[in-house]
Amino acid sequence: MSDAAVDAEEVRHVAALARVDLDDEEVDRFAGQFADILAYFDSLDEVPEVDREADLANVMRADEARDCLSQEEALANAPETEDGYFKGPRVS
Amino acid sequence: MSSDLNAFVTRETIEGAEDGPLAGRTVAVKDNISTKGVRTTCGSAMLEEYVPPYDATVVERLKDAGATIVGKANMDEFGMGSTTETSAFGPTENPAAPGRVPGGSSGGSAAAVAAGEADLALGSDTGGSIRNPAAFCGVVGIKPTYGLVSRYGLVAYANSLEQIGPLAPTVEEAAELLDVVAGPDPNDATTRTEGENSDYASAADGDVSGMTVGVPTELVEGADEGVVAQFEAALDELRSQGVETTEVSLPSVERAVEAYYVIAMSEASSNLARFDGVRYGVSGGYEGNWNDAFARAREAGFGEEVKRRVLLGTYALSAGYHDKYYAKAQDARAWLQQDVDEALGEADVLASPTMPVPPFERGERLDDPLQLYLSDANTVPANLANLPAISVPAGETDGLPVGIQFVGPSFGERDIVRMGSALA
Repeated sequence: MSDAAVDAEEVRHVAALARVDLDDEEVDRFAGQFADILAYFDSLDEVPEVDREADLANVMRADEARDCLSQEEALANAPETEDGYFKGPRVS
Repeated sequence: MSSDLNAFVTRETIEGAEDGPLAGRTVAVKDNISTKGVRTTCGSAMLEEYVPPYDATVVERLKDAGATIVGKANMDEFGMGSTTETSAFGPTENPAAPGRVPGGSSGGSAAAVAAGEADLALGSDTGGSIRNPAAFCGVVGIKPTYGLVSRYGLVAYANSLEQIGPLAPTVEEAAELLDVVAGPDPNDATTRTEGENSDYASAADGDVSGMTVGVPTELVEGADEGVVAQFEAALDELRSQGVETTEVSLPSVERAVEAYYVIAMSEASSNLARFDGVRYGVSGGYEGNWNDAFARAREAGFGEEVKRRVLLGTYALSAGYHDKYYAKAQDARAWLQQDVDEALGEADVLASPTMPVPPFERGERLDDPLQLYLSDANTVPANLANLPAISVPAGETDGLPVGIQFVGPSFGERDIVRMGSALA
């Protein structure tokens, strides 16, 4: 981007927000590429204000119980399960 | 020769009903479309072993129509790419231009059709992912109007932009497949009623006399010389069949690529948050806390282009940048929609080269993501404006396929099918 250079620290910060680990090589490569790509995105500043069409409507379905996956099916792709539950890492 | 192309991630025969409009036809299904009991990888190591417990609506419709599914077609990982080189299962070869990329992200689908490994194929198009490989492989591809085809069971990349659509050797066959998959679906609230009992195939009669084609100068100016020559020849052919052509101007398309990528990456950063390695996908293991395990799973499961887009999308939505990038991109989208609507007031359809360049050599563009993004300039406007678009073969330049694109009004599938059928 133009108003502040994208440095390795910033890439690491965004990667942490996005929950994606990166190795040092990736961080350096992304820093260079992000500078180019975000500078390009800066040209959106030239876009005029436009009235949006406002004819949007929410689409709702009746809140009724329907068939759904069985517990077995829902768990079938999980790397780890225990006693019929997904097994995940600790939360904090 | 089939295995040489690497057009399929998984070869598996799924038989459909005995009778139906697609009885006796084989169909390749892009590997981001869920098939019950048959693994669906999205071209990603993250989902290498994922087996969906249900069928996508379009797959149910294929089976009901009597089609035989012959496999899951290779693709850029999660639909992110324009060359089918970012697949975790290796690149796909272009049967129409050996040594070149088949385009992307539905490159496996297009290559399978071009090589005759499937009669028809389904792809998905977020910013050109059906039309680009159709052009590069010399086949026909249709990106339907947003809301025409159910996205239920399509692994989401950028919901507001993407549609499932057909690839086929001819316009008529593509329209036949579209007729099968189009129409409302209670499982996808964004579907509309316009596709119900559709008959797009009958519009492929080649009768274009009296129709008008608008040519947006902005989409022709920067294109490769050989591509433009083929495009002009296709317009000449249409004129000889009674079509009137007129120049139109779309100043907003100059910002379409930026708007497209900001919106697509933002939606991707949200959609791909579901890949945490707990319910499905690659696990990060259980050392450390949730965030650490989650980040490790995503490091192991995602390829570089996916990480790049998730990070850029996270950045564009983050505090301090939301108004600068995401809100501005939405303004650009509204501007483009207005602009294109006006142009379609002056012509039945708009025409441009599908891709501004012939197929790249493999590896040529991978190191420069920005250059690769720019190659989508002609296809992204239809996605931003929610409009139907078709890519039809328009000859070759130096032996490499060229495609011509027609964009129609909302739910104007019959217009683009008719125009395309005058050429293929």
